[in-house]
Amino acid sequence: MEISSLEESRREAIFQARVDAEEKIEPKDWMPEAYRKNLIRQISQHGHSEVVGQLPEGNWITRAPTLRRKAVLLAKVQDEAGHGLYLYSATETLGIAREELMEQLLTGKAKYASIFNYPTLSWADVGAIGWLVDGAAIVNQISLCRTSYGPYARAMVRICKEESFHMRQGYEIMTVLARGSQEQKAMAQDALNRWWWPTLMMFGPHDADSAHSGSSMKWKIKRQSNDELRQKFVDQSVAQAQHLNLKIPDEKLKWNDERGHYDFGEIDWDEFTAVLGGAGPCNHERLEARRIAHEQGDWVRDAMFAHAEKQRQRDVRKTA
Amino acid sequence: MKNSVTCAPQSWHFEYVLRLGDNALILGQRISEWCGHSPFVEEDVAMANTALDHIGRARMLLTHAGNLQGNKQTEDDLAYSRNEREFKNFLLCELPIGDFAYTIVRQVLLDTYHFHLYAALQKSSDDTLAAIAAKVVKESTYHLRHSSEWLIRLGDGTEESQRRAQLALDNQWRFTSEFFLADEVDDVAHQAGVGVDVSLLEKLWRDNVNDILSAACLLRPEDAPLRASGRMGLHTEHMGFLLAEMQSVQRAYPGLDW
Repeated sequence: MEISSLEESRREAIFQARVDAEEKIEPKDWMPEAYRKNLIRQISQHGHSEVVGQLPEGNWITRAPTLRRKAVLLAKVQDEAGHGLYLYSATETLGIAREELMEQLLTGKAKYASIFNYPTLSWADVGAIGWLVDGAAIVNQISLCRTSYGPYARAMVRICKEESFHMRQGYEIMTVLARGSQEQKAMAQDALNRWWWPTLMMFGPHDADSAHSGSSMKWKIKRQSNDELRQKFVDQSVAQAQHLNLKIPDEKLKWNDERGHYDFGEIDWDEFTAVLGGAGPCNHERLEARRIAHEQGDWVRDAMFAHAEKQRQRDVRKTA
Repeated sequence: MKNSVTCAPQSWHFEYVLRLGDNALILGQRISEWCGHSPFVEEDVAMANTALDHIGRARMLLTHAGNLQGNKQTEDDLAYSRNEREFKNFLLCELPIGDFAYTIVRQVLLDTYHFHLYAALQKSSDDTLAAIAAKVVKESTYHLRHSSEWLIRLGDGTEESQRRAQLALDNQWRFTSEFFLADEVDDVAHQAGVGVDVSLLEKLWRDNVNDILSAACLLRPEDAPLRASGRMGLHTEHMGFLLAEMQSVQRAYPGLDW
């Protein structure tokens, strides 16, 4: 026992040295069990977010106000499903099957980004999601391009490129609305009012309250803290809102010369906890939509496997 | 059998291209309803991609139709400002998505049609239409591969999937006769070298569909009484809801840029 425990410590030390030296960890490399579990949790949560994230914007594909907007939105939602696929594949390299990932999502064991539990009520919401939600995702994900796990880091590089197109399309929608009719301006402002605070919540709890942050930073799964990333997002968004002539709904938002950053108000952490716990406006609807899609896919998957088996038997007979 | 459509000089050309554009638009609109709701995430990608192809070709075709009219109407004017009776798509395009088998059957029937149609339209004397066809035929090739492979899996899968696929086929078959009902617009377009010979198209389509159905262990339904009034702007009861949804923002805030 003592020898194996020593061996374990030696392996952990080598592992940590590799991480510290910025070497990428690959699927077949030895890794501490806790590192593997932490990664499965984080990457699958990210994958689920992409898949569930199709729903709020998908809600507007059939009502997009021009054919160009419809085409761009379709391309964007397709990208999101594609991101879900990369990330599920990256998670599978850690030794967990897709079926189990699906089960974790549908039973609520695995989480997805809480932002998608808010409803898209107007066309401007599609713009606000691209600008703010994808903008926040980029801030987070740029940092993850340097994450220690190779497959995750590589998926992030590609995803970031596509996300930057998503953010631009969202900001472009907001620009047209903000320069449009009074009704369109009001629609854009209303969307900003509703999406601003939930977007800030995307970066997670304050560093001091973040359950997974310590080990994630040590293992370089996470490269920057929640509060650092949130600050970066606020700083970049203020000028963007000013350019649109829209008002960020925070009376405490103010440039702080000493810090070289914007100060901003406190997030409503009760709302954060409530939405995370399942009490957001669309938690039920989002999970239900995925559950129905999955259940209605049962007979399709059965048919796929049955057909593959029939083909296999036919091939066996042919070669016999 | 011929429908009587009276064509003003040159309006046949606009009408011919408009019909192609309407098929693409309404079918793309329907397929897009699958986004986020497919049986698994690979199919979410495929459905969004296919819908996008159809919306893309609708944009090219409707823009071309507008140009043929002397730029009187843009793609968005045609998509968002016309009323139900002015849409000329096949009825099959507008039917609700149904279950996965229903959608796959519709795709097989229409992908096969589009593949042969656009292959022939590559030789159209209308250069713009020929160029659009050259792009579209590539898309229809992989659409058909996707839908026909799925139909074979469903038809030659489990008892349940076979039952669903056969039911979907039986329900939709009656809408296919509309593909080959040449009217004056088709005849004039064909004679002018702009359009295709519908009777040739029908033979290619039937042979191809028969092969797929046979590989999928499905029975080809008997030809049923025609459901073929889309070209006259007489639609199913589903069409009004589809348009109400698609045009809702433009109707609520007319005349604005988006």
